[in-house]
Amino acid sequence: MNKLALLLLLAALALLPALVGEYYVNLGSQILIAVIFAASLNLLVGYAGLTSLGHAAYLGLSAYIAGWLALRMGMSHAFAAPITLLATTAIGGVFGWIALRASGLSFLMLTLALSQVVWGLAYRWTSVTNGDNGLSGLTRPAPFGIDLENSNAYYWFVLLITVAVMGVIGRLVHSPFGASLRGTKDQARRMSSMGYNVWGIRWCAFVGASFLGAVAGLLYVYFHKYVHPSVLSVTSSAEVLLSVIAGGAGTLAGPAVGAVLVVLLKNYASGYIERWNMLLGAVFVFIVLVMPHGIVPGVRGLLTRGKEGKR
Amino acid sequence: MQFWLTQTFNSLALGGLLLLLSSGFALIFGLMRIANLTHGALFMIGAYVAASAARAGWGFAAAVVLAALATALLGGLIERLILRRLTGNAQAQVLATLGLSFIAADMCLVLWGGDPIPIAPPGWLAGPVDWFGFSFPSYRIAVIGVSVVAAALLYVLMERTRLGARIRAGVDDMPMARAVGIRASALFTSVFCLGALLAGLGGAVGGPMLSAYPGLDADMLPLALIVVILGGVGSLMGTFLASFIIGFLYTFGTALVPDLAYVILFLPMIVVLAFRPSGLMGGARA
Repeated sequence: MNKLALLLLLAALALLPALVGEYYVNLGSQILIAVIFAASLNLLVGYAGLTSLGHAAYLGLSAYIAGWLALRMGMSHAFAAPITLLATTAIGGVFGWIALRASGLSFLMLTLALSQVVWGLAYRWTSVTNGDNGLSGLTRPAPFGIDLENSNAYYWFVLLITVAVMGVIGRLVHSPFGASLRGTKDQARRMSSMGYNVWGIRWCAFVGASFLGAVAGLLYVYFHKYVHPSVLSVTSSAEVLLSVIAGGAGTLAGPAVGAVLVVLLKNYASGYIERWNMLLGAVFVFIVLVMPHGIVPGVRGLLTRGKEGKR
Repeated sequence: MQFWLTQTFNSLALGGLLLLLSSGFALIFGLMRIANLTHGALFMIGAYVAASAARAGWGFAAAVVLAALATALLGGLIERLILRRLTGNAQAQVLATLGLSFIAADMCLVLWGGDPIPIAPPGWLAGPVDWFGFSFPSYRIAVIGVSVVAAALLYVLMERTRLGARIRAGVDDMPMARAVGIRASALFTSVFCLGALLAGLGGAVGGPMLSAYPGLDADMLPLALIVVILGGVGSLMGTFLASFIIGFLYTFGTALVPDLAYVILFLPMIVVLAFRPSGLMGGARA
């Protein structure tokens, strides 16, 4: 592809802290975390064709587990981080097994129900989650002596992981596994008759998506040093799903573009109006009605054909 | 003993509310293959409308009827104005209902504020009644009665009327139903109205138990989803049965192990999905 453009983009992103103030650097970190999160969901929605409405569960679980390990177990970051990722991914494996008992809209309903169960637990299981007060008093790690409490250092740390995650996803979807994953989306029955284990492929995608969601959750909890049950709400699952669909599911760049837009919209709009949920809902309906394939495929269609693709 | 008795009636009453909520959801899902995510919001709107009507001096029964009709109208509008434009794309329809549910929840917050609004039950059902030395919650008993009557009417509607026959035909094979002259358009709208009406009725009748508060929609929708998955997607009898199972589990779970009530809810769902993925009474199609 346009390697030069990609390099320029990366250079611009890396130089961001030199150009703008701390507020925007922190906003940049939040956007990058949202990009990772959206990319992880895109694995399911875009490539496997499985619309999950409960993806906040993995970000939230990871954030809560990391917080709990640090606060209640007094564990250091070096141990807590891998355990968090492992535990969240394992829960993702179980949830995936449950949700993939069904397909289509039942899958969507199951993912929503499962994430609501986790959300309910975060609110009610106060002895572990501290309920509505959330877990606070967390810290950021300091790998190799680099103090990530510094906003710029944290931004570069998140950028590094974002690049790694996007690279892994890019490789994955162009690998044989990625091809078979898209096969299960478009022609599940044919894939099955060709000897592919459709269920297994989908489950692997689900586990992969929950692992990357856990990565986003870890970065999230490091950034905010606080976690509240609202991170598990339907609203946050809907935000990330909107990012994927608005940007363009099944493209690498789409969910990233969508995540940038959703975070910016949330940050700026909530400065002027307090009705973020209404705006989120309205954008959702608008996107579904007007731009069902998302922004990136839409713009790409405009560029290649000079007019909008088929309606 | 009094504890178990009270909790049993609480369970049955919650089961009754879930029955109203979930049978509407199941009806819409069965015919139109849409998971209507506004269903929790419609339930909440039913509760709010009933609360406002009661405050404005309406009688309780009249307030309930008004709430049910208002949500039915709203359901019809959603189907006609939004979902109709997305015919044939079930996923887009579901996402549209998700967006609408956010808008509706926020509208309720604007219109009715953030404080819970209690709804007083009608005077003659306000207090408990004493029989055989135990006190029985009279309003809970009335809720159970209403939901059982509604379930019976729904059953008769589905099995014994022309509209029910058309709906069943549509659920079985929509193209064939169309070919024999059933108007799908009118059928979809009436089913959506009926489903919304049941949700609104549930919210209004449940008002004195739950009161109307922001977040009621998010509390009820997952329960409806769990009921429908447990009962078998598209099976009315399965939905009836699962409503009461979940009513019992949730009530007793909350009373006995409040921290983990949510996990207990989800256990029967896992067991059913493991052994009968199509639900307790689900057919082959799901």
